[in-house]
This record gives sequence, C-alpha cells and structure tokens, in this order.
Amino acid sequence: MSLVSAGTNAVRPVPAVAASIHAEPSVAEVSDFIALMKPRVMSLVVFTALAGLAVAPAHVHPVIGFAALLCIAVGAGAAGALNMWYDADIDARMVRTARRPIPTGRVRPGEALAFGVMLAGFAVVVLGLVANVLAALLLAFTIFFYVVIYTMRLKRSTPQNIVIGGAAGAFPPMIGWAAATGSLSFEPIVLFLIIFFWTPPHFWALSLYRADDYARAGVPMLPVVAGDVETRRQILLYTLILAPLGVAPWALGYAGLVYGATAVLTGAVMLVLAWQVHAERRPADRASRHLFAFSILYLFLLFAVLLIERGWGGLIGRFAA
Amino acid sequence: MDEKRQDEGIVLTEAQKRARRSRSIAIALALGALVILFYIVTLVKGPIILVRPL
Repeated sequence: MSLVSAGTNAVRPVPAVAASIHAEPSVAEVSDFIALMKPRVMSLVVFTALAGLAVAPAHVHPVIGFAALLCIAVGAGAAGALNMWYDADIDARMVRTARRPIPTGRVRPGEALAFGVMLAGFAVVVLGLVANVLAALLLAFTIFFYVVIYTMRLKRSTPQNIVIGGAAGAFPPMIGWAAATGSLSFEPIVLFLIIFFWTPPHFWALSLYRADDYARAGVPMLPVVAGDVETRRQILLYTLILAPLGVAPWALGYAGLVYGATAVLTGAVMLVLAWQVHAERRPADRASRHLFAFSILYLFLLFAVLLIERGWGGLIGRFAA
Repeated sequence: MDEKRQDEGIVLTEAQKRARRSRSIAIALALGALVILFYIVTLVKGPIILVRPL
C-alpha cells in the first residue's frame, strides 16, 4: 500500500521542464503533435470501431463511414494527448515513456492540453453532425472516461486501474455501431466485453516485466502492489473469462464458422500462454513477453475475421452499389 | 542592447522558425482537408443535413 501512497503523492501534472522554457517560443514539430495522439493506440481504436461500423445491420454511405471513423480516431488522439499532458511526470520517470514529447521538453504541457481539448471538441461535434447524437455522446463519454476516470483518478490510486480503465479502450466498437445504426444492441456490447476482458491480461503481462519501471514512477500496477504471483493468477483468471467470451459472437449466431474456429484456436493459445505465465519460474519474463505479443495478434485476428466475414463483404457491396 | 532587443520583439531561432513553418503548413493542410470533407459530406447527406432533431 505504501507504493500506492507514493504513487498518489507523486501527482504533478506539470513537469519541471515546463517552467524553464515557459517564455520561449515553441519548438514543437508536427511529428511531436502526432506522437501526442498515440498513433498505435489510435490504429487499434480505428480498427475495432471499423468492425463495429461494418458489422452493424445498417446501410452507411462510405463517405459518412469514413468521416465517422476519422472523428473516432481524432477523439482517441485527443484522449491520448490529454493523457500525456496529465501524466507527464510519470512518463518522465519511466524508460518506456521518457522520450515522449512533453518529458523531453519538445511540447509544453499547455500546448498538449490545448491540442487535446480542441481535438476532443472537434471530434465530438463533427461526429454528432456527420453521424448522430448517440455516437457523439458515446465518444464524449469515452474521452471523459479515459482522461478523467482512468488517467486522473484510477491510474495513480488503485491496482484495478487498467481493469476499470480498460472500458475506455473497449467503447470504439459500440461507437462504430451507434454511428451506423443510431442505437445500441447486444452485439456491440459483446464486442465491448471482449476488449474489456482482454485488457487486463494484455497490460499485466507487460507490467510483469516492466514492474520496476512502474514502481519507480509510483504507479500502483498489480505486480507492484499485489506482487508477481497474484498478478500471474489474475492473468490466468481473466484469460479463462476472455477465451469463451471471444467465441461468443459465433455461439450467439452473429459470426460465422471461420470466426468461431479462429476464436477457439487463438483462445486456446491465449490460455496456454496464460498458463505458462502462471507456471513459469520467476521472473516469468519470457512467458510474459510471449503473452503480451500474442494478445495483440489475438485481438487483431478476432476483429479482422469478424470484419471480413460479416462486414467487409457488405462494405464492398455498398461501394459496388 | 536591451532597447534594441525590445524593439525587435521576440526573435525566433532557425529551429523555432522551421518548427513554426511546419506547424503552419500542417494546419493549412488539415483545414483544406476539412473543407473538402464537409463539402462531400454535405453532398452525400443532401437536404437532410438541415434536419437536426435532438
């Protein structure tokens, strides 16, 4: 618990470097602002939102679909920029994030804040105009959840940070679905749940071999607070929920046999890797790295197959029409 | 010297000028892309774009 307190006390939204360059004109390049938007996270958000959009049983004009995806991507980028603004102090202390634009002084905290707020407002308003109000409200809530609930509240105070905070990353398929239909139903909620239960094993696998980094930054990740053994047990438990959940779209009848076979096969691999993380002798670096790497492929394959099977054909048909 | 600097205002270094130029170009391109996007979206949506029930 002392580490949790250390993490909570370490809250400093504005890094020291900001004061020294406050009066200087900006040296931020375009690439720095792109880095603020976390392009790799954005690509996953766009991909899962596209799956939600394409799977939805509604006709969406390709231009409207593209504009909606652009808004979702920009919204995700805004959330990333605001996250980097608030977490600049943590980022500066972690090897993985120390080279981000704010800790290195290339972008000032105020610039990142203004950039993030402007993009968030733009993305929500334009999505509301281009698609519908429900999709815009969901996007606004996602940005709020990621920035305020996860970044400002959970991340520094509880080892359950990425469990609850994972909801923010799970919303994009629901936003895509809502942009297409103007409503929500059971199918996008199952997609939400898949990403939601995928997030803990994915991030805890990473945090197992980066535990020192998180401890130095005062972030109460599960391995730092509850220890290595408990984290491995939790990874296995969440994967036991995730694997059958991944098969659910096929079992519920809105994904085909190819999806079902892919989900069963990749789910089994996830379980084997999670078991290896659970069973491997300390430090389980090798098994954790394998699980972390495969978990990315797992989510990508599930949504790619779903997209091809359910949505891609439909999208091509719509273009042809 | 101080008076001279005051007259000149803030003098940008070459790096700052380069960064400002690249940011200005990016903003111009983004605005241009948005104009095109909004134009096409308006055409696609047609008259219904004026109907905005909340």
